[in-house]
Amino acid sequence: MDATINLAPRRRSLHRFANPGRFLRLSGTLLPWLAIPGLLLTAIGLIWGLFYSPADWQQGDAVRIMYIHVPAAWLGSAGYFALALCSVVSLVWRHPLADLAAVEIGPVGAGFTALCLITGSLWGRPMWGAWWVWDARLTSVLVLFFLYLGHIALVRAFDNPDRGYRAGAILALVGVVDLPIIKFSVDWWNTLHQPDTITLTGAPTMYIAMLWPLLFTTIGYTLGFAAITIARLRAAVMERRISALLMAQAHEAGA
Amino acid sequence: MTHLPFVAASYALGVLLPAGYAIAAWHRMRLASRRLANIPRPRRSGTGRARAPQRALQ
Repeated sequence: MDATINLAPRRRSLHRFANPGRFLRLSGTLLPWLAIPGLLLTAIGLIWGLFYSPADWQQGDAVRIMYIHVPAAWLGSAGYFALALCSVVSLVWRHPLADLAAVEIGPVGAGFTALCLITGSLWGRPMWGAWWVWDARLTSVLVLFFLYLGHIALVRAFDNPDRGYRAGAILALVGVVDLPIIKFSVDWWNTLHQPDTITLTGAPTMYIAMLWPLLFTTIGYTLGFAAITIARLRAAVMERRISALLMAQAHEAGA
Repeated sequence: MTHLPFVAASYALGVLLPAGYAIAAWHRMRLASRRLANIPRPRRSGTGRARAPQRALQ
């Protein structure tokens, strides 16, 4: 008796946000609070990094590429982690919004991973004398980019969308092993890529005048990533509603 | 070797790519919202029960 009383509200709360009307209301309120600060922080960070932060004594002006490269790298990994979380929620609880979120995160994460790879290449040419080296960090990020592409292709490869979501979720969970490899590649192998300058446990080894614009762009890009993903998810939910309503209309007309 | 073309290319990509995603998402959202508003709602056979969330999304 008690179990019945306790379980019912919990199950309801898990699916609370699957209600499209509630999701659209909540996300509509949240969206400007993500988009506007994201835009402002990114703009401040980029202008600060480009015009007011000092050049590096070794790297010169090429260090300014870091203000885009590092947030893009962080979002490539964080986006994939979010994709994997959505996959867990989708596989375990069959939450329909998690399926849609995974589908919408994929292309955005792939874009930011591509941005990380391209800006890294643009930094590598003047610094290392090569556009690309098969270094452990670079290669593991390239694998992450291919995992994103694989997920994007797989979720759209089936006539039955549910089968696509399941297959994509499994791929996302298998691919999550790449995230610790990316993180620790600079420690495990002797890489050309520099080790982390910002860690959770230690003080940053970066000059403070460079750290601030980096912090601004990282937070700004992160808020922007969240805003773009939520906007895409809102559009996807509305598109689902449109097709459901059109089907209901066709059903009524046929009856 | 001047680094400025590499820096300029990075900043151009760093601005254009997220801006492209944002504009595309906003446009898609507006389009879906407008289409949704223009579809007349089907009549409900009034049992008063809400649809299950999974069904509602499909």
